[in-house]
Amino acid sequence: MESDFIQLDGVEKVFDVRRKTGRLRREKTRVRAVDAISFSVPRGEMVGYIGPNGAGKSTTIKMLTGILTPSAGRVRVAGIDPARERTRLARHIGVVFGQRTTLWWDLPLRDSYRLMHRMYRIPDDRFKVNMARCVELLDLGELLDVPVRQLSLGQRMRGDIAAALLHDPEVLYLDEPTIGLDVISKAKVRDFLRDLNTERGTTVLLTTHDLTDIEQLCKRVMVIDHGRLVYDGALAGLHEVGESERTLVVDLERELPPVEVAGARVVKVEGPRQWLAFPASVSAAPLVAAVAQRYPLVDLSVREQDIEAVIAKMYADRSAL
Amino acid sequence: MRLYAVVAAGGFRRHATYRVATAAGVFTNTVFGFILAYTFTALWDERPQLGGYDLSQALTYVWLGQALLMTAALMGGGLESELMERIRTGDIAIDLCRPADLQLFWLAGDLGRAAFHLLGRGVVPMAVGALAFDLALPADPFVWVAFLVAVALGVVVSFAIRFLVALSAFWLLDGAGVAQITWLVGLFFSGMVLPLTVFPGGLGTLAQALPWSALLQIPADVFLGKHTGWGLVRAYGFQLGWAALLLTAGRLLQSVATRRVVVQGG
Repeated sequence: MESDFIQLDGVEKVFDVRRKTGRLRREKTRVRAVDAISFSVPRGEMVGYIGPNGAGKSTTIKMLTGILTPSAGRVRVAGIDPARERTRLARHIGVVFGQRTTLWWDLPLRDSYRLMHRMYRIPDDRFKVNMARCVELLDLGELLDVPVRQLSLGQRMRGDIAAALLHDPEVLYLDEPTIGLDVISKAKVRDFLRDLNTERGTTVLLTTHDLTDIEQLCKRVMVIDHGRLVYDGALAGLHEVGESERTLVVDLERELPPVEVAGARVVKVEGPRQWLAFPASVSAAPLVAAVAQRYPLVDLSVREQDIEAVIAKMYADRSAL
Repeated sequence: MRLYAVVAAGGFRRHATYRVATAAGVFTNTVFGFILAYTFTALWDERPQLGGYDLSQALTYVWLGQALLMTAALMGGGLESELMERIRTGDIAIDLCRPADLQLFWLAGDLGRAAFHLLGRGVVPMAVGALAFDLALPADPFVWVAFLVAVALGVVVSFAIRFLVALSAFWLLDGAGVAQITWLVGLFFSGMVLPLTVFPGGLGTLAQALPWSALLQIPADVFLGKHTGWGLVRAYGFQLGWAALLLTAGRLLQSVATRRVVVQGG
């Protein structure tokens, strides 16, 4: 039970999409938004769930909250079948959809929290403690009496995150929680989530397009594409799967023809500066030595490939197949 | 239960926020009250006792209509546009992740809204009407109470209709057309244009049997003392009957909608 706190077993979701093919004729096509996905998440883990647009991330989340019923397969969250007992499950989960808000638009933030207090029947002392904590960590103090419609996107998002957590949910689903936020707001949100996960042991499932979110928060990452789970494992392992490359940037004394060394290829030349790509699994030292020995080297740096590029390559490879 | 009290209080305060809009609305209601009052005066001059009302009662009916226009949402508003928008954009997804019943949640909010509109949009036009014209105001405080009960029941029926209309957005995606049709039908069949008792024969009978008559016609007749004793019970029964029927329909539609329909947006 603890090791498969969230469990999906061969879950599918099929949508019928009607398409106009003529003046009156419509063609019905079946779209598999989620195709035989299985995974489990133990209690207290923080997992990144990523994939390109339309890969099926949100559909999965919706099935995990019970607002969509799977076409096939079995879903369990905290031992509850979400689609069958949506309202009972609702007390155990917190949901933040980055592009949607749950707050009362016209009223001060405080009123929405009062609503949460009653909605989740949070004991008064618990509510006070959680409120104080959210206000402090998410920096909401000055915002409580401001009508939600006057909040900036980042402020509103923090407000929404607090609203999802006042009832101490065991699971938190975050769908794009940092979308559209500036760097400082992003950092604040990430710090808060890290804290929540380590101190409260809240299980977190995070979907995002911002891979920095994943790099900073999640040890485990699942990649979904075309409704299928294409990777499930440690973040570091993605590099191997994606056959990623690192880049050696060398500054030479003067403009020279592309450097020729074994085990690397020049990908870009700009004046005296050249970019050499080499496999991420190989050490950079021999390469640096080889270049230094044969060329007038002034300066150099090694750049790690960011995870974004790795995943982009992974998506591209898959669609090429 | 405390949840729904908070929701109702929120509904009240949300609408109370917009003071300028409220003032402008009160002004509009008052102006329309005068226009209709003079029209009705001309009409009743020509046809005294039309629809069973004398002139003073007819004028009272006019001002009650203005006072309840927003309260009973005779022209729609609030709920449908908001709920439809949430369905259309997919924001409804969050509402469904909550341990609250969708219909009760929105009903509570709408009752709060109606309470605000009764005070904020109803009292002033009614008072102006009473100062400017000779209105048939009830002397018996019991009638005032009976009237408020009828108004509350009317608001529930109004909510039940608008909730059904709003849920249609799950299938139609854009519910503006349906909202407009119900707005038009509601305006006519609530008795906002002319009291339903004025309509002759079959049309009159039909109009008085439809749920919209619970919104204005019945509360107004309670106010004017047309429903007393068992008549009052029958009037309440009519309102309660429609409320129960339409709320049940809304409940069924809600469970179909949330079970089978795609929630929009990624």
